[in-house]
Amino acid sequence: MSDRNEIPVDPHVAVVATATGVIDGDLTTADGRPLKKALQSANAVRRRRAFYLVAPLLVFILVTFIFPIGQMLHRSFYNEGFTVHEDVTTGVRTPIMTDLTAWFEAHPRGTEPDEAAFVALRNGIAQLDELKAAGSAGTRINYIRSGSRSMFTKAGRKWDKMEPPYKEAFLELDEEWGDPELWSAMRSASHSYTLDFYLAAVDLARDVEGQVVAVDVKRQVYVKLFIRTLILSVLITFLTFILAYPIAHLLATLPLRYSNLLMIFVLLPFWTSLLVRTTSWMVLLQSQGVVNDALVATGLLSDENRLQMMYNQIGTVVAMTHILLPFMVLPLYSVMRPIDPSYVRAARSLGATSWTAFRRIYFPQTVPGIGAGALLVFILAVGYYITPALVGGADGQLISNLIAFHMQKSLNWSLAAALASILLAGVLVLYWLYDKLVGIDNLKLG
Amino acid sequence: MALPKHASPLERAWHYTYLVICGLIFLFLIAPILVVIPLSFNVEPYFTFTEKMLKLDPTGYSLRWYDLLLTFGMENPEAPRTASWWADAWNNAAWIRAAKNSLIVGFFATILATLLGTVAALGLSRPEMPGRRVIMAILISPMIVPIIIVATGLFFFYSSIRIQDWGVPYLGLILAHATLGIPFVIITVTATLVGFDHSLTRAAANLGADPVTIFRRIQMPLILPGVISGALFAFVTSFDEVVVVLFVGGLDEQTIPRQMWNGIREQISPAILSVATILVAISILLLTTVELLRRRSERLRGVTPR
Repeated sequence: MSDRNEIPVDPHVAVVATATGVIDGDLTTADGRPLKKALQSANAVRRRRAFYLVAPLLVFILVTFIFPIGQMLHRSFYNEGFTVHEDVTTGVRTPIMTDLTAWFEAHPRGTEPDEAAFVALRNGIAQLDELKAAGSAGTRINYIRSGSRSMFTKAGRKWDKMEPPYKEAFLELDEEWGDPELWSAMRSASHSYTLDFYLAAVDLARDVEGQVVAVDVKRQVYVKLFIRTLILSVLITFLTFILAYPIAHLLATLPLRYSNLLMIFVLLPFWTSLLVRTTSWMVLLQSQGVVNDALVATGLLSDENRLQMMYNQIGTVVAMTHILLPFMVLPLYSVMRPIDPSYVRAARSLGATSWTAFRRIYFPQTVPGIGAGALLVFILAVGYYITPALVGGADGQLISNLIAFHMQKSLNWSLAAALASILLAGVLVLYWLYDKLVGIDNLKLG
Repeated sequence: MALPKHASPLERAWHYTYLVICGLIFLFLIAPILVVIPLSFNVEPYFTFTEKMLKLDPTGYSLRWYDLLLTFGMENPEAPRTASWWADAWNNAAWIRAAKNSLIVGFFATILATLLGTVAALGLSRPEMPGRRVIMAILISPMIVPIIIVATGLFFFYSSIRIQDWGVPYLGLILAHATLGIPFVIITVTATLVGFDHSLTRAAANLGADPVTIFRRIQMPLILPGVISGALFAFVTSFDEVVVVLFVGGLDEQTIPRQMWNGIREQISPAILSVATILVAISILLLTTVELLRRRSERLRGVTPR
């Protein structure tokens, strides 16, 4: 700022430079406030105004989306099935199994349960029976050690006929009450906060000494399912890429009036109901369906060896590839459209074969589109639920289907929440990566 | 992409192979959607083309599955088709009731998502918006987070606040579907605001317009196509959503996707295909609308298609 007089005076911003002052920072507004301060407060007002516009939606999303997911996360490491009973109709909360919890606190893990422990257990079960909660408390133990629920309900019916010494009485009722595994399970369930469900979600468990060990090979399902979900998602992403690349290229190089017409083929599936598309694939792939019938009619297949293409992984992969294909075509198209064809022409005129020109010149320019499309398809595929549930059969299920199973059928909600949390963590990492590499602003629809 | 005159025979061969491959991929995209349309007119309860259908024999086709959509769930489907029959269908037919529920939930969810989303998009597209990137990521996340996780979370949330006892019908579904529709509104509206010339609003302010007038006369006409296509996206999202409905919907909150889901899981009949055909017709209609809007928006903003 060499010469004050050169500053153009904007009549709309009432800025005056004090004529005689020479010291820097002397600029003031018409009402005499320093310009820097006035500008700062004006900017603060503008920032606040912009934020006020977004605030209602942010609050809405926090309440209807972030908070529920937070509640789910909480559920994954908090379960009060063995610590607090909440009455469904009145909402009254009663602590349960308090004596037994006290006994566990007083004695380290691995202590042989003595008579005092069984007295505490009896008192606990007596209270459970009063609350009609023996089943629900037993269910909590059942999550860790199967077969425990019936022991609790049985004890809940018989506790008033028991005579001291209670240890013998319990063992007489059921030998299993002496099982160290059961006591270990009750010990870990006696805290509301637990990592048991995360351990279970990755096929681990605590043994009697409290060490983390792998569960029985026959019961290892979750890690396998996570791996299958990843493999199928990678496969689907790859297939969508293989199918999307040629047509995106064609759409990008055709004159706009033709490509707009062909774009309908991509956008119509995009706008069609997911259930409709899944139903269509069921119609096509059934053993009495259109594809099999066509193959039999043309003599490519005999009637008795119709292909089994549904209720297995083939069904899941084919239907999901079709459903997610538009999500790959659209980002590829928007990257390919602005690519200048003269680069490839220049390469060709310099002697490159068409393959070399494609590989060295065209393809590298489309890599951002491939990244964007692949990440998007992969993120969507990992959490897919509807299509695998309908066409996947037993071995085409993904991790989402197992979460739904634990929510609706086995009712082990904490395990469902733990599995969902692991899935969510994976998806969020990918989402973060997508934002870093592609930018959410570049997400386009149609 | 015409082939140059000097192309070698090999290049020519590859070019035509490439076109055939593309044609097959387009067929893969569109055939599954179109195949349900003729099959929904099948006179037999099968999911495949009968010989009569292939010979285009009119007796191979019928509207019986569309008729079933009307009569299924009615108290007295065999009665003569008078006004009282239609009243019975309107009140009791399962699919008509599902359609009504879907429309109610979709309508209110769309209104909510569009209002909140549009206002937020106006704020987000201002350059001075603090924490723009993070907030944008949060607002788009309902589209990214697997639907099963959203449904699980909402299940816990709604049962902890006992939303069913509040006495507002459909409230849980409307809030959930609005949340799922919001990312689409944000994306489409911010897209129309890209390159928005803020000197227009400043000029208007300078000429004495108050903020409401500026919004109504300057910004609204420019973003309207984006708002409408965002609203359509939000509506379709709600109209097609099944997982949240399965998890948190009450027994009487039967929507079209839920009815379809039950139909597919229990006894899949060609009646499902007739619903599918109707839905395909609706999506063609919506696609056309959105495409027309997009072109209008580009014309308005002076973005000429290349």
